[in-house]
Amino acid sequence: MAKINLSGLAHSYMPNPSSDADWALKELNLEWDDGGAYALLGPSGCGKTTLLNIISGLLTPSHGAVLFDDVEVTALPPEQRHIAQVFQFPVVYDTMTVYDNLAFPLRNRGVAEDIVRKRVEEVAEMTDLSATLSKRASGLTADGKQKISLGRGLVREDVNAILFDEPLTVIDPHLKFQLRSKLKELHHRVSNTMIYVTHDQTEALTFADKVVVMNVGEVVQIGTPEELFEVPQHTFVGHFIGSPGMNVLPCTVENGEAIFAGRRIEAVNAAGVSPGQAELGVRPEYVTFAPDGLDARVTRVSDAGRFSVADIECGASRLKMLVREGTEIPAENARIAFDPSSTRLYRDGWLCGRNAAS
Amino acid sequence: MNKTVNQKAWFFVLPVLVLVAFNAIVPLMTVVNYSVQETFGDNIFFWAGIAWFEEVLTSSRFHASLGRQLTFTFTILAIEVPLGVIIALAMPRKGPWVSVCLVLMAMPLLIPWNVVGAMWNIFGLPEIGLLGKTLNVMGFDYNYTRQPGDAWFTLILMDVWHWTSLVVLLAYAGLVSIPDAYYQAAKIDGASSWSIFRYIQLPKMKRVLTIAILLRFMDSFNIYTEPSVLTGGGPGNSTTLLSIDLVKIALGQFDLGPAAAMSLVYFLVILLMSWIFYTVMTRNEDQ
Repeated sequence: MAKINLSGLAHSYMPNPSSDADWALKELNLEWDDGGAYALLGPSGCGKTTLLNIISGLLTPSHGAVLFDDVEVTALPPEQRHIAQVFQFPVVYDTMTVYDNLAFPLRNRGVAEDIVRKRVEEVAEMTDLSATLSKRASGLTADGKQKISLGRGLVREDVNAILFDEPLTVIDPHLKFQLRSKLKELHHRVSNTMIYVTHDQTEALTFADKVVVMNVGEVVQIGTPEELFEVPQHTFVGHFIGSPGMNVLPCTVENGEAIFAGRRIEAVNAAGVSPGQAELGVRPEYVTFAPDGLDARVTRVSDAGRFSVADIECGASRLKMLVREGTEIPAENARIAFDPSSTRLYRDGWLCGRNAAS
Repeated sequence: MNKTVNQKAWFFVLPVLVLVAFNAIVPLMTVVNYSVQETFGDNIFFWAGIAWFEEVLTSSRFHASLGRQLTFTFTILAIEVPLGVIIALAMPRKGPWVSVCLVLMAMPLLIPWNVVGAMWNIFGLPEIGLLGKTLNVMGFDYNYTRQPGDAWFTLILMDVWHWTSLVVLLAYAGLVSIPDAYYQAAKIDGASSWSIFRYIQLPKMKRVLTIAILLRFMDSFNIYTEPSVLTGGGPGNSTTLLSIDLVKIALGQFDLGPAAAMSLVYFLVILLMSWIFYTVMTRNEDQ
């Protein structure tokens, strides 16, 4: 188990990167505590797998250093870093039994056979594989195989961190939840550092204590699921997390006040923002009907269970709001208001004054 | 469930049936016909029963040819399969050299068989051939037209040169189909290169290797053109493989009955051995 530091890390798959777009991973600094459960969340191609492979040692970064417990491991190959990795597609050794699969990493390291037996049985019990130990690994279903992959990581006692690269991609939907809970339970039990890469916000938010949101090779925000939801540091986070995502409305700033649709709008961070164009970010959860609010028109209402999602036209902008079941939706002359404590100003995508705030 | 009975469909199969009849069933049945009759020419035949089969099965000439055939086939299999796998493992998986290697590998397979025989025939000539001359200059007493050992050496070298590529291409196809994650996982598990070969590459190549071994077995057991052009079965009978012997009996001596019986035995041997190979190699698949 170890604390993981990434300092000044950057990577490009090209030998001589020139433009910004040549970098698969732009310079970043991160610190992950020992025993934490982290998620790397972002759309496909945002560099999260690259980052994961750098941590596991499958890839050597162009710049920067990887430190485990303050010891630099940047140049070490994967087998010397004591990490385990579970891949998107289950990797099992087809010709071996489940038992031999789990024992493989230990046997490769020359561990005595009686210790191997003890560890394998322990891990099989943790991952519900005890009943299939003598079966051929190739005969198992996808979730069984993923458990073997995971088990091969857990079986070693010297593991610094377990890395997951979208491990639930090929798992049936009804088993995803089960396997995710299993992971969470295992994390509590073995208290290893776990890093989970995914593009699925539900997976990230339920698994991790802290989520690292990435976009186009850049870390946009690190925070607990609540922080990501309540205080997105970037409109990308606002939009990517939450369903539907945050409304981003073009507005102007004058004298430290936001002007939207001809009216002054209160925003948490409006004070001190220089005049000019900006964006107003407010989640659909914090838009309400209010008698003295902005003039608006409801264009469509779609039912989403306990809530309805209403599409609203307000001035030149369109936005979405969540309407609680039972609330009457005015057909005409609707008026809406934004919750001032959850409305924020963004400029060029970033939260205004975020450095002062954080 | 109600099935519609429509016998008309049989008519659509008819063209195929006619084709198969003319290119397989009729010739085969002709051979069966010959194998149980005796003829002295003029298209007059007498019933001979299983006399020809008894003759073939007890003939020391047939036993000798079969023995040479088995020796040849198993020798080339023992060389070509491991060598093919080793070359496939050494080939690059990506980059500009992939196409170069693939083209180089495919080249021997594109050369007509009799040309291969002729090439090696000249290549090995002790006075003027590059191989023959070089060996003699180096002090080896090499002459494939006179010494049986040298003839065998040349024959096997030729087949290895001609056909190892097939094993290479098939094994390579199996290798490139292995996802990177397997190698990455193996690295993380601390596997040695031998373990990677034994537990990842070999199992993933198993299917294509089964095909490669079967193809090479059948082809080498049927081989005729190349040895016929290279040595013509000589010196003496030393490289007379089954097919060469068969042609000698059927066309040289015009013994239709014994030749037909031998053909059928030959065919059954290939069928039986292919079946054994296939069964043994796919035995563990369903467990």
